Amino acid sequence: MGNEGNQFKYVGTRPVRPDGVDKVTGQANYGADFTLPGMLVGRVLRSPHPHARIKSIDTSRAAALGGVRAVVTSADFPNLPSEVAAGGEAPVNYRHISCNAIARDKVLYEGHAVAAVAAASANLADEALALITVEYEVLPHVIDVRAAMRPDAPLLHDDLFTDGVDPKPTKPSNIAKRTQFVMGDIAQGFAEAEVVIEREYTTQPVHQGYIEPHACVASVAADGMTTVWCSSQGQFMIREFCAKLLKMTDSNIRVIPAEIGGGFGGKTTVYLEPLAIALSQKSGRPVKMVMSREEVFRASGPTSGAHLRVKIGAKRDGTLVAGDLELAYQAGAFPGSPAIPGCMTGFAAYNIPNAKSVGYDVVSNRPKCAAYRAPGAPMAAFAVESALDELALQLGMDPIELRLKNAAQEGTRALYGPKFPVIGFVETLQAAKAHAHYSAPLKANQGRGVASGFWFNIGGQSSAAIHINDDGTAEVVTGNPDIGGSRASMAIMAAEVLGIDLAKVKPLIGDTASVGYSFLTGGSRVTFATGKAVCEAANDVIAQLRARAAKLWKCDIEEVIWKDGVAYPAQGQTDARAQLSLAEIAASAAKTGGPISGKAALNVGGAGAGFGTHICDVEVDPETGRVTVVRYTAIQDVGRAIHPGYVEGQLQGGAAQGIGWALNEEYVYDEQGRLQNAGFLDYRMPVASDLPMIDTVLVEVPNPSHPFGVRGVGEVPIVPPLAAVANAVARAGGVRVNDLPISPPRLLAALQKGHH
Amino acid sequence: MQVATVVFQPAFARRYTEGVTSLEIDAPNYQALIEALDERYPGFAEGVAARVAIAIDGEIFHDPLLQTIAPASEVFFLPLLEAG
Amino acid sequence: MSKHHISVTINGDPTEFLCETEQTLLDVLRDELGLTGSKEGCGSGDCGACSVRLDGRLVCACLVLGAEINGSKVETIEGVAAGHALHPLQQTFLTEAALQCGICTPGIIVAAKALLEQNLDPSEEEIRYWLAGNLCRCTGYDKIVRAVQSAAAVMRSA
Repeated sequence: MGNEGNQFKYVGTRPVRPDGVDKVTGQANYGADFTLPGMLVGRVLRSPHPHARIKSIDTSRAAALGGVRAVVTSADFPNLPSEVAAGGEAPVNYRHISCNAIARDKVLYEGHAVAAVAAASANLADEALALITVEYEVLPHVIDVRAAMRPDAPLLHDDLFTDGVDPKPTKPSNIAKRTQFVMGDIAQGFAEAEVVIEREYTTQPVHQGYIEPHACVASVAADGMTTVWCSSQGQFMIREFCAKLLKMTDSNIRVIPAEIGGGFGGKTTVYLEPLAIALSQKSGRPVKMVMSREEVFRASGPTSGAHLRVKIGAKRDGTLVAGDLELAYQAGAFPGSPAIPGCMTGFAAYNIPNAKSVGYDVVSNRPKCAAYRAPGAPMAAFAVESALDELALQLGMDPIELRLKNAAQEGTRALYGPKFPVIGFVETLQAAKAHAHYSAPLKANQGRGVASGFWFNIGGQSSAAIHINDDGTAEVVTGNPDIGGSRASMAIMAAEVLGIDLAKVKPLIGDTASVGYSFLTGGSRVTFATGKAVCEAANDVIAQLRARAAKLWKCDIEEVIWKDGVAYPAQGQTDARAQLSLAEIAASAAKTGGPISGKAALNVGGAGAGFGTHICDVEVDPETGRVTVVRYTAIQDVGRAIHPGYVEGQLQGGAAQGIGWALNEEYVYDEQGRLQNAGFLDYRMPVASDLPMIDTVLVEVPNPSHPFGVRGVGEVPIVPPLAAVANAVARAGGVRVNDLPISPPRLLAALQKGHH
Repeated sequence: MQVATVVFQPAFARRYTEGVTSLEIDAPNYQALIEALDERYPGFAEGVAARVAIAIDGEIFHDPLLQTIAPASEVFFLPLLEAG
Repeated sequence: MSKHHISVTINGDPTEFLCETEQTLLDVLRDELGLTGSKEGCGSGDCGACSVRLDGRLVCACLVLGAEINGSKVETIEGVAAGHALHPLQQTFLTEAALQCGICTPGIIVAAKALLEQNLDPSEEEIRYWLAGNLCRCTGYDKIVRAVQSAAAVMRSA
């Protein structure tokens, strides 16, 4: 399956990635690998309290220390109004981003930045931090999402009134927003139901866990021209956010993207960059800032922990008739949890005529959450897919059959609104059913779980330029950081469209001054949207090549056709003399009108929705409660795999992250609201010995909106695993755990309780 | 028939369209659609600007300003999405 | 306090450096010697991104002080390839797509090389336990384990 790619020369093959040699030899430069002469080291003073009013900050002793060149606090940043602006795909409140980067008036979580210094060495900078005196008025704090929703909870923001409720509230609240989606009549739907499952679930916040901590260098010249070298999911996002936070113009900031050491959504905002710019403005020197791992945990965004309630009604034959989902997501210190996509995705994979979802976005004294792979979807899917598994057990139905009976197809209306165009959910279920894994025998204490997942995928603004060199080689410039092999995909698509050797195509990622605007790398958009821009730029190149051939042949451009990298006259294709290769046309470019350079700048729509189905076998140790994943298969409709190796990698990596979410990962707070496990040793992400091989099946139902049929693939794979693991545990041990993570103590307690 | 069917989620409708969740509008493109809706429900244009994406016959557009709307198509208003 | 004057061999080259007492070997490699192939993911020995060999022993460079290695032999990712001739591990990581973001890759290749030098035919389980100190968040380890197996096969037949 999945290799109908033989109609193409390069699409569907597995060449070595263009940036590969640099990465296996240690030559690739990531965020922390850049240095400039005279560079200072920047460090951040962080709040020891989860909630406190800043009464005063005295930086005079720090500033007086020899070797300290600049100290900044929120007083050095514009006091921005609280207003929601369009920021790429999601609304953005720049005041919140500013106040998260450096606290103004109040600190809202332990680790919240309060001041920053730049000094000649790291030691001096640390010494200076110790000389800053901050007077705090410690306030009561709230960590738990349900506690934060109570009317008597400590309030984080005096000016936060719940949005989306009628009448408009007169008292502030920690509930930032209520969102609701309704379809049909759920009361009537449940009245028709013959079986109803209703359950509550909780998930813990989990960190994206990228191995590379946030890092940047900022250098502000005497004329104000600012250059930032950093690793992020979008150099244009960094530029835009820094310009807004510092009231600068976009053109005065140039952001040069470093290689990025993982992001998964967590590098879609700014933390250090505005501080480094402000420190460089003040000191007149380049400033480098790198977070420690502890800072990454305490001060950068995990995804939300969640509390969910789901109710599903079905007929005895398994037909779903009603669904009701209520979820409360932790936003952290500022509004903006992915509660809305949680509401939108929860039931999206199924045809449920009467459905409702209600979401609450709730602030509490935790670091502001950030996007994490399919933001909001895994938690909602955990609830819905767990409930469906219980429904299947109760009905005595095969869990894949239950899903097949209700699966969304072309024309099914999703709860969030539109009807689906061509999608491949049913195909993933059929592939799962047919897979050898699904019928393999299980041993004692083992169980098999199945779960599915959905993500919208997005398109958005993307630019690409293709420059043809004299010798017929091509430079492909795009504006999206390559987070998992996208340069390989860009090169493959360009070579395929142009019809030239892949080895002649060199992809590169431009800085903000050398390529047109592109929305950030995220939402599973790059191979789809930026890939489409590359294809269009290649078509632009072909149009120019045909025009040059027409000039040389003194004919009309319509009389020139382009095939396999060669121009032919429309008639007489067999005449070998009347052929011009790309290299031949390129060699004569100076004589025929100058350089050949194609471009495309698009706002791409039509991202094809993605669906996946995962099968998970676990073994439960009844003595210790330890769960071991013994076999795992991830199946997904990928539209078309441009480089199957990196597509499989997305499925495998997403599954591994989801397994960590299900079994190990969580944030542990003490009574004082302090994070107790801000390190990799205690925040236990899956290691090699925790996992089996992760088998993949690439189902290809092409997306009609992309030249090669691409659907985004990066987000979907983290959606099914939470429930796939939990369902497997339930079927292995006979005990269902609805609160993640299913850690050994929790499962052991459940096993002991269940067996009494 | 030239008109498009416009569909809102109930919560959205309560806020912007006096609770009307579905209506037919004769509009060849997004701008005309917003103008027509703003005429019917004053404040609509300002209220939804920069806050929504739309789906036209199932295809989602995040910046729909100049999007054409084919006759008899269905337009859905959606919240904007975050990118992982 | 004055800096320490240390003489070592790094990737075969005699090298001298000055370092502060508290500077780790990783700080020295990255900040003093410009060898930034070793990465700092945690600074506490939990992620393995700074894996290097110290007199043949696989260590986290963030857990070793620069001042304590006088006279030692250090091998880093920059010394794994012989000039432009890539090591079989580097080859198989490329051909089998065993990296995504690539930040963990140098440490994993250094660690896997140490394994293959003592065991040219490791089982999947041996590879997984040997690499359990090297975190990767992108790949789910599947292709990493397979690339190590493939490199072992190449090296056995060499």
